[in-house]
Amino acid sequence: MVGRILLMAVSLALLANVVLIFQYAPTASTALGVQIQRIFYFHVPSAIVGLISFAVAAVASVLYLKRRVRAWDRVAWASAEAGTVFFTVAIVTGAIWAKPVWQTWWVWDANGTLTFVLWLMFITYLVVRAYAPTTERGARWAAVVAVLGAAVAPFVYMAADWWAGLHTERVTGPGAQGSLEDRMFLVLMFSLTAFVGLFSLLIVQRSAQLANEEALEELRRQLI
Amino acid sequence: MRDFLSASWAIYAKDMRLEARTKETITGALVFAVIVAFIFGFAFDPSPRIISVVGPGIVWVAFAFTGVLSMNRSFANERDRGTLEGLMLAPLPREALYAGKLAATLTIMLAVELVMLPIFLVLFDLSLFNVWFALTALVATVGFAASGTLFAAMAAHTRAREVLLPLLFLPISLPVIIAAVSGSAASLDGDGWDGVGMWLQFMMAFDMVFLVLSSWAFQYVLEE
Amino acid sequence: MANNSTPEESLAVDIAGVSRSFGSTMALRQVDLSLGWGQTLVLFGHNGAGKSTLLRTLSSLIRPDEGSVCIAGFDRDKQGSRVRESVGYVGHQPLLYDELSPIENLRFYARLYRVRNAPQRIRNVLIDVGAAEWAERRVRTLSNGMQKRVAIARALLHKPAVLLLDEPETGLDQSGLKLLEDVVTAVRGGGASVVITTHNIERGLALADRVAVLTRGRIVFDGASTETSAADLQGAIGLQPEVA
Repeated sequence: MVGRILLMAVSLALLANVVLIFQYAPTASTALGVQIQRIFYFHVPSAIVGLISFAVAAVASVLYLKRRVRAWDRVAWASAEAGTVFFTVAIVTGAIWAKPVWQTWWVWDANGTLTFVLWLMFITYLVVRAYAPTTERGARWAAVVAVLGAAVAPFVYMAADWWAGLHTERVTGPGAQGSLEDRMFLVLMFSLTAFVGLFSLLIVQRSAQLANEEALEELRRQLI
Repeated sequence: MRDFLSASWAIYAKDMRLEARTKETITGALVFAVIVAFIFGFAFDPSPRIISVVGPGIVWVAFAFTGVLSMNRSFANERDRGTLEGLMLAPLPREALYAGKLAATLTIMLAVELVMLPIFLVLFDLSLFNVWFALTALVATVGFAASGTLFAAMAAHTRAREVLLPLLFLPISLPVIIAAVSGSAASLDGDGWDGVGMWLQFMMAFDMVFLVLSSWAFQYVLEE
Repeated sequence: MANNSTPEESLAVDIAGVSRSFGSTMALRQVDLSLGWGQTLVLFGHNGAGKSTLLRTLSSLIRPDEGSVCIAGFDRDKQGSRVRESVGYVGHQPLLYDELSPIENLRFYARLYRVRNAPQRIRNVLIDVGAAEWAERRVRTLSNGMQKRVAIARALLHKPAVLLLDEPETGLDQSGLKLLEDVVTAVRGGGASVVITTHNIERGLALADRVAVLTRGRIVFDGASTETSAADLQGAIGLQPEVA
């Protein structure tokens, strides 16, 4: 029943989120794409949740490697899938937002590069699972990918930051130009909370689904 | 500790002896590197002005892709001929196997890079004979080989290893590539420690983190 | 549990409740097996029964999904490297480097196994398997039978406490088969134990102290070789008895 409550809460939050974004959030003062600016409230939380999902996947992966308890692997896998989706949304919304505002489809600053690399790492996580000779090895290898991906994140951020510092100006993240008005901040936080809720919901549901699949597989094995 | 060194050395010596006899990895890698350099020669107009801008980039793209080839071979043969099992059966610590293979791959990659220096000179009038560049190349190549050896072990067990290894290796190595290119550019500008130092330190930190992580993760990748 | 050794003595092989699946097939189901010192266990079973999987599990190449594996008194999980020191394994592949000679191969493995007096030991073991004459040629140039002999030499190099042979007769000629028998006898004589899988019932029975039959991952027979006959075994394995 916790699942039902979570589902209802998240649905409500997401609905409320949309309303807030379009009604309560202040209209942007930029000359171009006044309404487009509202995509910011989808873009930033998606990226942040993507980061969270990577952290979850990495921690769950370490626990799986050490303890070999299936539940941890399922959490990591579900995180990777959800994370891929959130990062994809972040990248797409980022592109939609960037084009009219900065005349380019993507900005290779620290945030942008990190998002892209982590998205790639998630895809690699899923590919490795698919290509491994057995499912068990696939789970272990993917866990290794998640851990190494998490370890590389700060390096990617730093290197991309230096690199971008030489070539473009920083547009998002700490120290970016502009600051958030109160209302923008509130809506952003609410959106973030709603997205985190969605993430939790996805993890819970997907892990349970994977557990059922495994149980089914086990039964099939016993019967043959 | 002595066991570790003795076992690592045994593996390194064996790989070097095999390479000396067959020369298959180093010839393949060299031919590939030369071809890549040639293609760049046609892709860009190699005027001195352009080369001073893209030179380091060309060098490190060539080295990164050639590196993938060398790293692939370090495990592909063992896996295909079945001898990897012989190594797994022996009572050596997994870290020693990692270290021995790492050292062998590193030797080959550095040898290829060394031979490419005069070739870059001839093709692009790009002189890389410079202590700071050498240091940068050394530290960067260690960074490549650190995670590359781990991923090569993974990829060797799959059918699509030519696809999987780059996918695993390149995103993780992005910070190294950025640092190597920047450091190389600085070394060519004659910057010395002031310009190159921070990149060297960055890469050394990367190397340490990934040497430790990769040797830890190695056992999980090899286990059947 | 073996019923011919006191509880205080460690067994050469002692596994209990071992299960292992690959994808959707269960290769081993709740396998219990034990073997005392100086004994030979011959494992029979139809193709795909799990014999190789079981042997590879004993060698520590495969980790069981559940159950415990104890070789020479060492637990697979806690003392993995001691298990590997104690085991000599000959599988379907010779595990030799093609471009090196038998001597170079053995020198390499001698270092990995920390073999004492390596040069002497290598010479001896090559003589024992009848490979001394062509020990300097590259393995690539040797026939399957010759490579098999060198593979056996590799497994014996570090004087393992437990020798595992997976269908060792493949590729061997008459003298090779005789060599195999001699090796098994010598190893047992030295107090070590041997586990062999084979399809040849007669020869297997002749070598065995204990016999076990594996069917679809399960042990369906486990007893002394004197308790059974070739015909019984054929029935247990599920083959048609040969017409005399």
